[in-house]
Amino acid sequence: MAKFKLRLRRYDPESGEAPYWDEHTIELEPHRSVLEGILQAKGRFDGSIGIRCSCRAAICGSCGVRINGEPGLACHTHLDEALARGDGKVIEVEPMGNMPVIKDLIVDMDAVHWKKIQSVTPWLLGREPVPEREYLVDREAMVDVTQSMACIQCGACVSDCLAMEVDPEFTGPAALAKSYRFVGDPRDDEHYERLKHLAEDPSGMYTCTHCFKCVDACPKGVNPMGQIMRLRRLAGSDYEIEDRNNGYRHEHAFVENIRRNGLLHEADLLPDSYGGKFHPNAVPELIASLPIVLRGLLRRKITPAKALLHPHKASKDLRALFDQIEEQPKRYELNLYVSGDDKDNEPLAGASEGSSR
Amino acid sequence: MPEHDVLIIGAGLAGQRAALAAAQSGVSVAILSKVHPVRSHSVAAAGGINAAISVSDDWRSHAYDTVKGSDFLGDQDAIEVMCREAPGEVMHLEHIGVTFHRNDAGELDLRAFGGASINRTAYVADITGQAILHVLYEQLMKHSGSVERYEEWFVTSLIVDGDGCCAGVVARDIRSGRMETFAAKNVILASGGAGQCYKPTTNALICTADGMAQALRAGAPLMDMEMVQYHPTTLAENGFLITEGARGEGAHLLNKDGERFMSKAAPNKMELASRDVVSRAEQTEINEGRGVGPDGKGIYLDITVVPRKRTLEALREIVNIGRDFAGVDITREPIIIQPGQHYIMGGVKTDIDGRTSITGLYAAGEVACVSVHGGNRLGANSLLDTLIFGRRAGEHAALRAHDTAMPSVSDEHLRADAKRIEEIIARPRKGRRVSEIKEELGTTMNTHVAVYRDEQGLEAAAEAVARLKEEAASAYIDDRGTVFNQDVLGAIELGYMLDTAETIVIAAIERKESRGAQFRTDYPERNDDEWLKHIDVTLDDDGAPKLSYSPVTITQWQPEERKY
Repeated sequence: MAKFKLRLRRYDPESGEAPYWDEHTIELEPHRSVLEGILQAKGRFDGSIGIRCSCRAAICGSCGVRINGEPGLACHTHLDEALARGDGKVIEVEPMGNMPVIKDLIVDMDAVHWKKIQSVTPWLLGREPVPEREYLVDREAMVDVTQSMACIQCGACVSDCLAMEVDPEFTGPAALAKSYRFVGDPRDDEHYERLKHLAEDPSGMYTCTHCFKCVDACPKGVNPMGQIMRLRRLAGSDYEIEDRNNGYRHEHAFVENIRRNGLLHEADLLPDSYGGKFHPNAVPELIASLPIVLRGLLRRKITPAKALLHPHKASKDLRALFDQIEEQPKRYELNLYVSGDDKDNEPLAGASEGSSR
Repeated sequence: MPEHDVLIIGAGLAGQRAALAAAQSGVSVAILSKVHPVRSHSVAAAGGINAAISVSDDWRSHAYDTVKGSDFLGDQDAIEVMCREAPGEVMHLEHIGVTFHRNDAGELDLRAFGGASINRTAYVADITGQAILHVLYEQLMKHSGSVERYEEWFVTSLIVDGDGCCAGVVARDIRSGRMETFAAKNVILASGGAGQCYKPTTNALICTADGMAQALRAGAPLMDMEMVQYHPTTLAENGFLITEGARGEGAHLLNKDGERFMSKAAPNKMELASRDVVSRAEQTEINEGRGVGPDGKGIYLDITVVPRKRTLEALREIVNIGRDFAGVDITREPIIIQPGQHYIMGGVKTDIDGRTSITGLYAAGEVACVSVHGGNRLGANSLLDTLIFGRRAGEHAALRAHDTAMPSVSDEHLRADAKRIEEIIARPRKGRRVSEIKEELGTTMNTHVAVYRDEQGLEAAAEAVARLKEEAASAYIDDRGTVFNQDVLGAIELGYMLDTAETIVIAAIERKESRGAQFRTDYPERNDDEWLKHIDVTLDDDGAPKLSYSPVTITQWQPEERKY
């Protein structure tokens, strides 16, 4: 047994008072969960502490919170691990971000999370005719979508999504992962329509900035950002959806830029994303970006020489890598469920250990 | 006052399935739950769902296995319905989007499970319950125009009118604290089990026997309440479930001598005997000093014999549980487990259409007792039970709604419940906390009403429960607010749990034989002459439990000696 100091963010909407911190000392073995700690405080000292919780085993998704600054499930975070994250003295527990607080650690998920889920047509649009028995589909395909199916809708990824902080309309990591669950499902009949919608939505899949926050936050290894990247690859490479957000061209320009230069040549990236320096679409974009370029020059983030005469050229090895990847008959995807290294089993092509944490 | 043709309480698999079925016939349907639907405890069901869909299988074989698993206490007419309709239901789930894992031919793959004579368990890795629950919720979102949802509403009582018909419910909006009377032509209870009467339990904190106690108080009988299932593999550390799918995939149970002791109790089925048999065998090893772990109260579950890649693909969730909650890599070393409370076979007595003895009141899922599980439920039959009888209850209630008038309901029930809540909130801070009483109830039940039972222990439990009921009447809480006052709901839940625990104990004392999950060391044999019957519990005029019996329905399978 060890003693832990819990600092809980409290908010009573009926009091008219501002949120405040509330401290309790609890006693538990260090590998017990933060949720158990909170429930001990609730049971012994103050029953008015508000937190949603149910299964205690990271499957119901109720107890999403922020613990010493990081989003996750309270039941899935050990006390000692939580303590080590902060100053080593106290475990601070706050409600999740990006969603309004109702009381204490309870947030309004309907107002944000569920609204976004609802926006991606979150049900199967099955191929017709519906077979008498099951749809016959590849074994691997069903194992593959199990990763996005494993999402428990806890909201941890939504809590700390940086893109959503900037653009509250962003569809967000959870809803996009949910979308992949259908786009990756061979029984669904509207892959193209779904991808087209997500590509054309100005706050759709191209709003993600690859910050990895959702990957770290997810307690179930769903890897929401990975699912978003897979949606983009499907939209860009397989369906060639040229969207009005220019996400498709930007990704292609980025890849070409690296293939050419080895290191990113930023001065080329913007015009190339719009079809090249002399493309009519690129001109207004270039003009619009002038203030940013000027600020960069003034603050010496860039020099005219570096900006215009990019000193790097891609090495032969790098080009060979590109060729090698593009020659593969099948795109390799990383997936948590398609993994393992047992010699007794015929390994799946390209299978690799997932991002288990 | 909201009015609905069919009002469903609880949004787990039974409730959601009932709602979708009822909505198909065009009546007005609402589903009300104290948690958001995807938080319902069905989410934790891991291993799979049974159905005779293989060409080499037959629903009669599934039915026989279920009858045998029930130790011949299950009603065979109901079991026949469930097993016959199972393949169609599983195909329906597949069509609406459940991502069942496939075999190399692209058909549904089937895994082995306890008590089954053939592989007949369809699955989604070891998150089958989650996958089905989330897909049903997708359908609720799709049909949001025809199914109204009241998420995070807590039922305080069922309303029974002067004619003895169910006329609706009183509920509290957890978020605002507002009380509301719901008028309904039909109410379907689908509010889950009673696991929180026990500590430890695999059940979630929300499984507080609400529906059982509400029905009991409203006058409906509970049946088979003594039949409480201990799951053979719960994490010794904290009671979390380790799916039977692990043994289905080939994992072994070992005692401290490294012996596969199941060879003694079940030489043919070994680890895949029915759950009551395996849990008893484990408890015997532990009681006779062959347990493992620091206190000798555990058993090794050895999953390392399953190929690692298969474990990572098909048992992902327990790989996580082992790693996150026990610090064990189950693909590399055995994990310590023990029998733990998991399921209650008993519940509100219903017929095969979910009807209870109260007109207009239905029940389905763990809250109900049809009885398809009798003395012991087979693994992967619970998901099936919730879906088949949830659907049947929904369909039947919708049909009944067509020629039933909307009942007129006064607000007297609401006023009484509101007053009760005010009284709880106003209690002085003396006596015991609600949380302390709940804790004592759980440990009492787990000590005396567990795998092995005897008269003395059961009487001690009865006394303790009676005392706790008295203490609960004045137990205090801290929260004085209205928004998300979980404290006051906890006090009401404690009342539900105590009423239900009382029926469990009294029925266990009554049944003087050993059958299924009820093993009486003082009556170690099954006694078909005297006890091949259900025990029903109702309340008498003073609110004390009253026992009666009802016959077991036997169609094709006569009781015989049960061997695995």
